[in-house]
Amino acid sequence: MSWFDLKGENNILFTKLNDFVNWSRQGSPWAMGFGLACCAIEMMATGASHYDLDRFGTFFRASPRQSDVMIVAGTVTLKMAPVLRRLYEQMAEPKYVISMGSCANAGGPYWQYGYHVLKGVDQIVPVDVYVPGCPPRPEALIEGLLQLKEKIKKEGTLK
Amino acid sequence: MTAQEINDRIQNTFADSVLEFNDTVLQPYLKINPAKFYEVCQYLRDNEDMDFNFLNSVSGVDYGEDLGVVYHLYSMTRKHKIVLKVILPRENPQVSSIADLWRTADWHEREVYDLFGVVFLNHPNLRRILLPDDWEGYPLRKDYVQPETYNGIPVLHPDMRGDSK
Repeated sequence: MSWFDLKGENNILFTKLNDFVNWSRQGSPWAMGFGLACCAIEMMATGASHYDLDRFGTFFRASPRQSDVMIVAGTVTLKMAPVLRRLYEQMAEPKYVISMGSCANAGGPYWQYGYHVLKGVDQIVPVDVYVPGCPPRPEALIEGLLQLKEKIKKEGTLK
Repeated sequence: MTAQEINDRIQNTFADSVLEFNDTVLQPYLKINPAKFYEVCQYLRDNEDMDFNFLNSVSGVDYGEDLGVVYHLYSMTRKHKIVLKVILPRENPQVSSIADLWRTADWHEREVYDLFGVVFLNHPNLRRILLPDDWEGYPLRKDYVQPETYNGIPVLHPDMRGDSK
């Protein structure tokens, strides 16, 4: 008998409410595709058939209202930074941020002389997972998403 | 037509228009008097022997003392090319817009204005094209000082700030 048998009599599972909520949240984090530069190409490749992000329950949504996680994929310019911040504020709680690639992590090649580049998206929004790479391969982004799921599972949601 | 011939034609047509001519370099260039710049461009485009119907690019240059704008022209029909340079003072640099002669110049001149602060007179829409409208200064000038914040957002990397955490 499988551990989860809807027809049998032993179909009751006991868990902590906190764990249950976390489990329900980590299952299918919908992503807001925030493609800004070349990282967006890798992000699109991750979503396309070969790497198939749908396997992990992650779908790209066009609206921040429907998104759980914002994947900041690319160079955040100072012109774009207020827009990014506004989109983050428009997302419903709970919300998470994945910083994808060197530019979003710390400014990338523009870290010293890039007068127009934000030196890391964590300057304006809280980042949960940093994915290194320039740009990161799709495997790396998937790993970042899985790490985010692990993080959500351990979250102290209810107190 | 060679660069020498183009130079001779312009010199004969417009007095005091060419400040310097150099064809010992890879791309021969003419330094044009800013006051005569528009007339020279109009001549280069409309004269049948010149027929420069293609503007490759407009670039801004900071020479240190002065600013400059460099124009690469090419003729698809005559298969000849020339480079025009305009030298402008650092304070209040102004030159005629050629956006009505070559539409390419419209956005290119906006970019030069955006990054070097060169004002193109009679330009149809001289606004910043890349940077935000409320940006202060012209970043590609050599004396540009990077601000510490933009609208409250820190510009410098945390490791580069003087008294960082």
